[in-house]
Amino acid sequence: MSGTADLKMKEHHLTTPATPEDLAKLELGDVVYFDGLVFTGRIGLYKKLFDEKAPPPVDIASLTNVTFHCSPAVGQNESGEWEVAAVTATASFRFEKHLPLLMDGHGIRCVIGKGGMAQEFYEKHFKRLGAVFLNTVGYGIGAQYGRGITGVKDVYWLDELGIAQAMWVFEVKNFGPFLVECDARGNSLYQMALAETNVELGKLYEGLPLPTLKRMGEVHNPEDEVF
Amino acid sequence: MPTLETHAISSELIREVAFELNRRAAIGIPKDVGDSIADMAERETQKLSKFVLLEIVNNYKVAVDEQRPMCADTGLPRFYAKIGNDAAVEGGFVALERSVRQGTADATERVPLRPNRVHPITRHDYNNNVGIHAPTVDYSWEPDVDWIELTSFHKGGLFGGDYRMLFPTDGIDGIKRFFLDVISEFFKRGLSCQPAIVGIGIGGTKDTCVRLAKEAACLRVVGDRNPDPQIAKLEEDLNDLGRRTSLGPMGFKGEGAVMDTHIEVAYTHTGGMPISIHHQCFALRRATARIHPDGGVEYRENPLWFTDYYRRDGVA
Repeated sequence: MSGTADLKMKEHHLTTPATPEDLAKLELGDVVYFDGLVFTGRIGLYKKLFDEKAPPPVDIASLTNVTFHCSPAVGQNESGEWEVAAVTATASFRFEKHLPLLMDGHGIRCVIGKGGMAQEFYEKHFKRLGAVFLNTVGYGIGAQYGRGITGVKDVYWLDELGIAQAMWVFEVKNFGPFLVECDARGNSLYQMALAETNVELGKLYEGLPLPTLKRMGEVHNPEDEVF
Repeated sequence: MPTLETHAISSELIREVAFELNRRAAIGIPKDVGDSIADMAERETQKLSKFVLLEIVNNYKVAVDEQRPMCADTGLPRFYAKIGNDAAVEGGFVALERSVRQGTADATERVPLRPNRVHPITRHDYNNNVGIHAPTVDYSWEPDVDWIELTSFHKGGLFGGDYRMLFPTDGIDGIKRFFLDVISEFFKRGLSCQPAIVGIGIGGTKDTCVRLAKEAACLRVVGDRNPDPQIAKLEEDLNDLGRRTSLGPMGFKGEGAVMDTHIEVAYTHTGGMPISIHHQCFALRRATARIHPDGGVEYRENPLWFTDYYRRDGVA
């Protein structure tokens, strides 16, 4: 595998739903912008759909195939319309249990989030479906993402789940930038990045003894991850 | 001597200031952090890390130009209040606490801020960032003045913090190792949303050292050094160690992502050396105001929380 210094970081402007051909073109480190529809989902929505098995409030597959692990800073204007000021992603690795159900059951092929997922998870689900994982940048560049949201098409389960966990369907234009973290072949940008940074990190630990008092269940090798 | 009535700070004014502080904190990046990130973006040589840093700089600008929150994750909005020894509030300090809660609910609706706070078990959300023990108000006191200073801070809530009981035998190497441990835990994949200010509390009790770490991360500006030369030296050594990890923004290879390290200490048990570390992300949302009894309000970016009195040593 080549290093992150060799990435081309090509820019792509996709319209939703993204086609399999669109997704196959994306390479690690490429920069993606969307026009069309994107919906939000995190644990509140997933519990409702997959644990409580509530019927979806809308036919998701006919709407879009792009979902975003996030929630908005949103207000209502004088005529009662929702205006999204900013959106920021939440860490995606917590959704391993539910995400395959969304991808398989509702046609989702683009997942936008934070931090990526485990390599095995990509191989098991993303590669099989030709799906991609896109990371938000930073991650806290919410104002830029807010600017790409031109309207709220619908919001579902707002009363039950609250603003942060409700399912928001955003109308988006030039919505990005997002970085390709997992391509349609199951490769991961973070696997490449970790291989590079672990070299230096390991060296810095040399000569620093383990603490006097141990703790249960810890990771001791600095090359390992905490999830 | 003025009477208490004429001397008291209006609770309505405190409500307005609490709203305005939340608004300012959410939108405008303090200059010390903005300059630090711009400098990192300029110096970064790795293209992926440079791309991320330049987008962060651009986002600061979009937030101010379009008056949007710079980050939609409001974290947990909280307040720090420094109270002059001669200050009084109309309705007493219970009125101050009520005003701060109302100002937070108002800001959530009108800035807007994401209503982030829920009951920890039922997950109920009032959609206003107010609830049980929320927002917290931490107090400190200042002698010989009659003003009140309020600082609003929107503190991230999930990653980038840790605590450990070290012992004198662990020593400075133990501190360095724990500093690296927390970077290993949370800089990978960018979970800390670095570049970060690393706040470290050493000593005290568990709760004191966690509190000091958070205050060190949130309430001291980039470039500020602890007045104790030995601690200042350790801050600089850890800055250097942080740079050498090669973990940049989002965990990509880079020139490092520690904006600054701030250490605070408290006297502790003779047998122990408890330590806590907090990473404060680049979307640093903080604003301070001094409120005078005559109704004057001065807004500023530097909280100046760690006064000589706050760090006092000895009996007096």
